Amino acid sequence: MSEVPSELKYSKSHEWVRLEDDGSVTIGITEHAQELLGDMVFVELPDLETDVNSGDECGVVESVKAASDIYAPVSGFVVAINEELSDAPEIVNSDPYGGGWIFRLKLRDDAEMSELLDADAYEEHIAD
Amino acid sequence: MGKQTTLYPEHVQLNAKIVDFAGWDMPLNYGSQLEEHHKVRSDAGMFDVSHMTVVDLLGPGARDYLRHLLANDVDKMQTAGKAMYSCMLNEDGGVVDDLIVYFMDVNHYRVVLNAGTHDKDLAWMNQQTNGFSVGLHERHEMAIIAVQGPNARDKANRVFTPEQQAAVADMKPFSAVESDGLFIARTGYTGEDGYEIIVHNDKVIALWQALLNEGVAPCGLGARDTLRLEAGMNLYGSDMDDSTSPLSSGLGWTITWEPQDRLFIGRAALELQKQRGVDRRFVGLVLEDRGVLRAHQKVIVEGIGEGEITSGGFSPTLECSIALARVPKGIGEHCTVEVRGKQLRARVVKPPFVRNGKKVFE
Repeated sequence: MSEVPSELKYSKSHEWVRLEDDGSVTIGITEHAQELLGDMVFVELPDLETDVNSGDECGVVESVKAASDIYAPVSGFVVAINEELSDAPEIVNSDPYGGGWIFRLKLRDDAEMSELLDADAYEEHIAD
Repeated sequence: MGKQTTLYPEHVQLNAKIVDFAGWDMPLNYGSQLEEHHKVRSDAGMFDVSHMTVVDLLGPGARDYLRHLLANDVDKMQTAGKAMYSCMLNEDGGVVDDLIVYFMDVNHYRVVLNAGTHDKDLAWMNQQTNGFSVGLHERHEMAIIAVQGPNARDKANRVFTPEQQAAVADMKPFSAVESDGLFIARTGYTGEDGYEIIVHNDKVIALWQALLNEGVAPCGLGARDTLRLEAGMNLYGSDMDDSTSPLSSGLGWTITWEPQDRLFIGRAALELQKQRGVDRRFVGLVLEDRGVLRAHQKVIVEGIGEGEITSGGFSPTLECSIALARVPKGIGEHCTVEVRGKQLRARVVKPPFVRNGKKVFE
């Protein structure tokens, strides 16, 4: 059974979202998603300092098996990207909720956070 | 639920991720595909390939039958125990399947065919027996374990009986021997040394467990695919199929043209292709930009035309992306590949990419 931390929010497309103290959000892919994809070999990060809309394709994770788009779970301005993944995409496998974070957004609309799934709802989603 | 090999419970016990492959429930990996890949390149790994089709051809007409059926010539195998890779073509020169044929004795050849083409192959092979004194016997009761890697033979030898050890002592690559209930072939699909062992279903679990005890790592179909890609070995259904010619699939070397009176199936079509000129080449690509090459991506050769990647992926050994591609004949040293909307630069090389653990192209 995959780990689904209760303090995070989730999208149906398997991104997790963590609200930081400064009001920005950190985004990555869930343990369940990395398990499905298998060993990561390449991560294409979103462009820094660009606007993304909720649902936009803004990056790609590629595993030994397949490429999978990363979708912006909420709208905002890209304030940070995890450059470390360029040389070590495997961190997405080993530490999906920690060192494997992918990008950080400055939220455009706080209300969008409430549209995301909580841990229980996401667990239900992946159980289907 | 699909068909299961005798080793299926072993895979489940080893926490394999099971996927459907041609109707079979097969292990994709047992955790990390990359680790399995490296294990085969550096030590020893094993694959359950019991889903593959084993057919024995028995009878005094077996030789003539195979000289008709296969594009490579079984007469090149002069001593018992030799093995040979060949395509089986249709009348149009398309590839029905690729296979390995073993010469056991004058009345006995053994072929190992792909799992995904089982029904088609058997129907085709049965259809071609007219006029030949040969019987086709599919060996459903047999399982296959491929043990591959620089230490594979040493480790496998330790689980063999003294009789089997003596039988394999002087065995050359691309040959096979039957000993004490095992059919042991020095062949494989990884670019490493090793064995492919055909064994009765009753004994395969014991063999698998004995190999595990020797430290041979179980490896899934995922690693098998990246290993064969690095080794520049074609995958049926991706790199060639019924509609593609071996001449545009990098398989020209497997066709034996002499003697000219050997009228194997597909020969006339291939001769016509040669006469008209084959305008496609089969090449290896090494991605110079960051990204991953995948099957069906478009290859652009500036000023000449377009081609297609037939199989691609990330090479764990080279730590970059590689691919096999069917491209216009005039391709130079570089080309462009359309990868997810971006135009990336790739170098054109002659496969293989990796042999015996090392990079082989310049």
